[in-house]
Amino acid sequence: MTSMIEPEVVELMERSNKHPSTAEAQLTEAEIEEIEREFSRYEDKASVGLEALRIVQKHRGWISDETLRAVSNFLQIPVAQLESVATYFQLIFRQPVGKEVILLCKSASCWIMGCSRLQQKLQNKLQIAPGQTTADGIFTLLETPCLGDCDKAPVMMVGEEMHRNLTDESIDKIIENKKAHHADQSPD
Amino acid sequence: MLTNPLTKNIGPENIAADIERYRESGGYRGWSKALEMAPGDIVKMVQDGGLRGRGGAGFNTGLKWSFVPRGADSPSIKYLVCNADEMEPGTFKDRLLMERDPHLLIEGMAIAAYAIGAHTAYIFIRGEYHLAAERLEQAIDEARQEGLLGNSIRGTEFSLEIFVHRSAGNYICGEETALLNALEGKRAVPRAKPPFPQVSGLWGKPTVVNNVETLCNIPNLIEHGIDWYRSLGRGEDAGSKLFGVSGRVKNPGTWELPMGTPIREIIEQHAGGMCDGYQLKGFLPGGGSTDFLGPDHLDLPMDYDVIGKAGSRMGTGTIIVLDDHTCPVGLVLNLTRFFARESCGWCTPCRDGLPWAVQILERLENGEGVPEDLDLLREQARRMGPGNTFCALAPGAAEPIQSALKLFEQDFIDHVMHGCCPFEKVAEASAAV
Ligand SMILES: Cc1cc2nc3c(=O)[nH]c(=O)nc-3n(C[C@H](O)[C@H](O)[C@H](O)COP(=O)(O)O)c2cc1C
Ligand code: SF4
Ligand code: FES
Repeated sequence: MTSMIEPEVVELMERSNKHPSTAEAQLTEAEIEEIEREFSRYEDKASVGLEALRIVQKHRGWISDETLRAVSNFLQIPVAQLESVATYFQLIFRQPVGKEVILLCKSASCWIMGCSRLQQKLQNKLQIAPGQTTADGIFTLLETPCLGDCDKAPVMMVGEEMHRNLTDESIDKIIENKKAHHADQSPD
Repeated sequence: MLTNPLTKNIGPENIAADIERYRESGGYRGWSKALEMAPGDIVKMVQDGGLRGRGGAGFNTGLKWSFVPRGADSPSIKYLVCNADEMEPGTFKDRLLMERDPHLLIEGMAIAAYAIGAHTAYIFIRGEYHLAAERLEQAIDEARQEGLLGNSIRGTEFSLEIFVHRSAGNYICGEETALLNALEGKRAVPRAKPPFPQVSGLWGKPTVVNNVETLCNIPNLIEHGIDWYRSLGRGEDAGSKLFGVSGRVKNPGTWELPMGTPIREIIEQHAGGMCDGYQLKGFLPGGGSTDFLGPDHLDLPMDYDVIGKAGSRMGTGTIIVLDDHTCPVGLVLNLTRFFARESCGWCTPCRDGLPWAVQILERLENGEGVPEDLDLLREQARRMGPGNTFCALAPGAAEPIQSALKLFEQDFIDHVMHGCCPFEKVAEASAAV
């Protein structure tokens, strides 16, 4: 019988079995303060799991195994329980992502209005497929379900910004602007 | 007479009505009035007003509230949760309400919480709605500062805190029991019902989950009364509703209209009719998990039971229009991929049935289908239907499939006969000219 698990996953499992990562990450004071603020809003600490992951991700960009362990230690809940939450949500990143995460809507209204063609255009421009990050580390492209702006389809989100009624030209502009923005910010 | 209670504060500019602006137009009068009423009378009023849940199922809101245990020996802790997870493909109404008039939702929640005896309420909002979440938090702060939320509100014994909980992108969290698991910090799989959340919900306490738009109906219903509220509807159902249209129409958008507004009026008048060169082939009346209807159904009024009898559902009231240049097989494939991806994996007809349906649809769309595929697809849709799964995701996913197979059967057959997608051929030919 062939394995149902994808080869990359098998590889990852083998690697982590051979070299289990034991490095202990610590939460920063700022992270702890923000997480503690959430405690008073819920009946128990375990309920803060997703909020805590989001807070830490905001500071670190993504959730590594070490970070996951640090959060689970802090909340005193099993790593497996927190992992089952972390892997459930598409906006919790268990892999490194670029500085700008692009969420391209692929749902019905955007599909009718031509998001597939725009996606091709975006992929050619960035030279990546969905789930990948550009070589310069700026953009990650993700396909996303309906973004709740269907009357302005096709749409995408870049970071926290919505971009509506997308065209070839507007996509070019959005990407160029972001590139320029990050070029300005890089130290040299 | 007020005819647009949901959108009266919403102008063309993308700004939120602040508390001053909100109060000028009568805001928080419903809340003041409610605080002088007995909670049970509010429940009765909402029930008699005939408000039906705007989250999709159309259940009578007051009746839902009445299932919450009350009285001295009922659990002292109860919760109210606002479902702001809006992720159903083609649905874009709750975002508008939260971004542009956040106080309306806060006031509706305050009244609902008081009616059921909840002192803590959560707004469960999808993670992508950053602006809406910020504006709601701001509105909560403003309301607290004015003593409309917090401890001993307006000198009464009633206290209420409202918290915004940001989710992180997962359609199944919109299902109310999955949502409760998510709020508890658990993996968001649906729960068995019974017990219903009204009896045992969040952390095992009595809990009411209501949609954003449902709650936004409450303040004016309480302020202006049952007769006024019922008179807003044009047909069987009471109140007004946000209707939306997306797809190839001239003026896609959202409008507050009376319940019972005919579909033709929504699509042709408000949405401006089809774009030049396009004809209406069919439409999904209330989001991606409703059955397709066709041009013959355009004169139906948007009332829950009327759309139900026609073989579909009013769902969220946001219409997706399918035009004659867009492939129905492709659209159904797009929807089924979405549902397959969002399945929580708990039950077999959904976890295995949806990817199977995707495979069949891919085969058909790529021109590799065989005639038997149509029956196979019908069978898959039947197996995903009501009663076979733990929650309503799979039955919802089956709706566009089963109805497309009826309404657009010839298009499915054409894919098999021509060995390709005829719509792509046409598009290629016109692109080549
Ligand atoms: C898969 C699935 C997703 C749902 N998503 C939403 C949603 O995003 N928003 C919503 O209000 N209701 C959603 N619902 C319906 C809720 O389960 C629930 O019926 C609703 O929140 C009740 O509120 P109402 O009575 O005010 O309509 C969903 C149901 C299912 C099965
Ligand atoms: S129907 Fe689908 S989403 Fe609902 S419980 Fe079953 S597997 Fe999960
Ligand atoms: S389908 Fe793209 S925003 Fe709704």
